[in-house]
Amino acid sequence: MSVIYALWLREVKRYLRSRPQIIASLGQPLLYLLVLGFGLGPVFQQSGQGSYLQFIAPGVIGMGILFTAIFSGIGLLWDRQFGFLKETLVAPVPRLQIMAGRTLGGATIAMIQGVLVLAVCMLAGFRPHGFAAVPLALGFMALIAVVFAALGTAIGSTLRDMQGFQLIMNFLVMPIFFLSGALFPLDNLPGALAIATRLDPLSYGIDGLRGALIDLAHLGMFLDATVLAVVAGVFIVLGAWAFSRIQV
Amino acid sequence: MISAQSLNKAFGAVQAVADVSFEVPAGEIFAFLGPNGAGKTTTIQMLTTLLRPTSGRIAIDGLDPGAQPLEVRRRFGIVFQDPSVDGDLTAYENMDLHGVLYHVPRRIRADRIEMLLKLFELWDRRKSQVKTFSGGMRRRLEIARGLLHTPKILFLDEPTLGLDPQSRNQLWTHVRHLNETEGVTVFLTTHYMDEAERMAHRVAIIDHGKIVAQGTPQELRAQTGSDSLEGAFLKLTGSTIRDERADAADQMRQMGRMWGGNRR
Repeated sequence: MSVIYALWLREVKRYLRSRPQIIASLGQPLLYLLVLGFGLGPVFQQSGQGSYLQFIAPGVIGMGILFTAIFSGIGLLWDRQFGFLKETLVAPVPRLQIMAGRTLGGATIAMIQGVLVLAVCMLAGFRPHGFAAVPLALGFMALIAVVFAALGTAIGSTLRDMQGFQLIMNFLVMPIFFLSGALFPLDNLPGALAIATRLDPLSYGIDGLRGALIDLAHLGMFLDATVLAVVAGVFIVLGAWAFSRIQV
Repeated sequence: MISAQSLNKAFGAVQAVADVSFEVPAGEIFAFLGPNGAGKTTTIQMLTTLLRPTSGRIAIDGLDPGAQPLEVRRRFGIVFQDPSVDGDLTAYENMDLHGVLYHVPRRIRADRIEMLLKLFELWDRRKSQVKTFSGGMRRRLEIARGLLHTPKILFLDEPTLGLDPQSRNQLWTHVRHLNETEGVTVFLTTHYMDEAERMAHRVAIIDHGKIVAQGTPQELRAQTGSDSLEGAFLKLTGSTIRDERADAADQMRQMGRMWGGNRR
């Protein structure tokens, strides 16, 4: 237990000490929020869907969590050669504890990042439909964070070099984001796209966040939470398995 | 203390280590020398539970790394070829985390950290983030860290790579001191033959995955009729320059240099 805690604490300390990085990683969500939020706002309004800023804010929060969580996992790749990971792999500690500490740490910083994005959204004019919404939203943020931190660990354990990283970005992370309904409503989609969005775990996360924050769940918050919990379980097992096979 | 018998490791069709056998008795300083790509690091990785041999037997203090990895890991400290301290943490935090990983009780941990950081002249900088340290200071921290859990064996994989003569000298003085006062068995690799000649009780030379000679530096000099270990080394391994294929690690090392290498 003390090992998991120590490794978790290491991840959190590292995050809190890299302030420029925190600010930089707020840039992308902010860009989506402000440019798309205000740019597409009038069109969205005219089609009778209400405020686009209100609609897109939960999506942007989910995006912030997705990217932070996946990156923390992919950091393994670097860490394995030049960093501290090797030090932990020769320590007399079961791999499962190392993986758990790291992944929980990654999930925690992704969660903090999500809260920061939420705060920025509120500065930009986003309003949750009630204060009771916040604890529920935090629950969904935690689920999203764990799902993608575990996925990041699985990917980071499998990749051999930096070229693979581009591949993962373009063919996995970006599609997860774009297919999640973060930017557009999931109803009345053409068949293939509808299926693809249903297969994307982030769809359930964004839907849950929307349900909690603006009372607009398309799939239902119970279904959202269940799917996320199951996927989290699967990814944790997958991540633990991939991590246990790392050879330096 | 360290024993390898007919050790083999193949990566696909490439035989990285072929039929390697050696014995390192307790308290000895043993140098494992060879040109680039000869199989030194692969051998160390097998001895330290990071790689499984394709065939052959290893015993570390009588224990098999494949069967009892955690027990084996308790017994050695290692300084890797590439840095493995955490640049965002302070020197003290790096040491403390190592103590947690090796289950060193809290009170003993604090005492030993203070003793080691003072020994390696890093105590004044204990609250600084390691990314602000020079290459020599980082190396010293890695070595101090490797000793925190009082290992019986110390593995040093090219520990002096990129160090200035002062730091190098200081490092070897400490290693010799440890070997003499605490009886720590040392297994080292280096490209500097003079270091090996000065430090090692015995030397093994590996080339193309095979051990080509083994003995005390004097024996190797006599065997090849050379007046230095460097001469013996060149006679045994030839003077062709080895081109290793750049692997993923090399590419990342390059990137690390490009980005200033101070992210960690």
